[in-house]
Amino acid sequence: MEYLELFFKSIFMDNMVFATFLGMCSYLAVSKKVSTAVGLGAAVVFVLAITVPLNWLLDTYILKAHALVWLDGNLRTPELSAYYDYDLSFLSFILFIATIATMVQLVEIIVEKFSPSLYNSLGIFLPLIAVNCAILGGSLFMQSREIPTFGMATVYGIGSGIGWFLAIVAIAAIREKIRYSNVPAPLRGLGITFIITGLMAIGFMSFGGMLTGGSKKKAKKETKIVKIEKKTDAIQKKIAKNNEKVNQ
Amino acid sequence: MGLLTKKDAALIKDPLFDNNPITVQVLGICSALAITAKLEAAIVMAISVMFVLALGNVVISLMRNIIPSKIRIIVQLVVAAALVIIVDLVLKAYAYNLSKTLSVFVGLIITNCIIMGRFEAFALANSPWRSFLDGLGNAAGYGIILVIVAFFRELLGTGDLLGLGQKFMGHPLLGNPIPGEMSGLYALGYENNGFMLLSPMALIVLGIVIWVQRSKNPKLKED
Repeated sequence: MEYLELFFKSIFMDNMVFATFLGMCSYLAVSKKVSTAVGLGAAVVFVLAITVPLNWLLDTYILKAHALVWLDGNLRTPELSAYYDYDLSFLSFILFIATIATMVQLVEIIVEKFSPSLYNSLGIFLPLIAVNCAILGGSLFMQSREIPTFGMATVYGIGSGIGWFLAIVAIAAIREKIRYSNVPAPLRGLGITFIITGLMAIGFMSFGGMLTGGSKKKAKKETKIVKIEKKTDAIQKKIAKNNEKVNQ
Repeated sequence: MGLLTKKDAALIKDPLFDNNPITVQVLGICSALAITAKLEAAIVMAISVMFVLALGNVVISLMRNIIPSKIRIIVQLVVAAALVIIVDLVLKAYAYNLSKTLSVFVGLIITNCIIMGRFEAFALANSPWRSFLDGLGNAAGYGIILVIVAFFRELLGTGDLLGLGQKFMGHPLLGNPIPGEMSGLYALGYENNGFMLLSPMALIVLGIVIWVQRSKNPKLKED
């Protein structure tokens, strides 16, 4: 159950693009066509699904405070271990980014081998995945939110990857359509994309209530809504009467 | 200009407006949006990026002839990561609360596209002094946009700026404070727009900034 909860939470509520603005550079640069957006989105899901669990292992067994106690086998009584005092967490940036850079290189080689057409269309943006904030951000959030198990880390990686995928495909579809509409000249391109993303983010905020579940607040809101509806009805009647008077 | 020739001065001046990294080159947007709810955080972020970008540019430029082009991305990442670790440790030591608000976004300076973009596009092909100036200029251009967006978001969202309103005027929005009573603009029925503090408004404010800039400078328009 908690796996499912984390999965949906990382897709909708903590959406990489709309809630934390990660990976905006490639999100803006590659979202002109749906087909390339799908390619890049899939690559991001793949890389996140691999790097987040890998970095979780690094974090738990090497970087965290007291993480090195397994070295001399004192797992039951970690205080007695010679490695108890080590805290290497200041190295996490460098280790995480090194893991990511290697994994991205691997993905690049695989894509080039099996799908040259995708490789051509993504062009210079594949190396950009290495410096895509979404990838490093996934690992850093995994660390700062203290995700407890390896399985949860995998689910978190896949979930936030899918969230990013959804966002870039959605904006690419909108940008394909918006080419035919009459946008003010200075807003065309970058400006309107920002504003649309902002509006989409407001939409995604409504997912915030998905996991809270409480029914009491909702009931109160509903009574309020009923009251407001009654009021608006009364006002509309008044307006109608006034109109009749004016017409007479 | 003494120290700076005209060409060198352009390196600093251009990225401020006409070739701004955020609004024109579309680099470094992630962090620009995430930490602009407070002006203080935005300023600290701008200074950190300036430190990393200027020094990193010099380092990469010094090594530009010995870096094999196949592994240059990894070398660039390591240089950036080392500098960011310094920034992170300094912030944790001297401004702990601030480093908590910035949280992962200090680490994300490593993958800030401005850093990689300038390393790749400028430092690999230019002398250390010119790279240093380019780093300063681009970080300043980034900082300007950050400060503009954060200024509007904090002012309209909390009615305060850097805590100054509280300190000097007794109330977030002008006027003599009488305890328990509304004053200044608040007495006239003004209310803070809490929506400005939420993440979507950062995008919309930045969109408006781009709109204003492009209508002032028609050369930048896209079709």
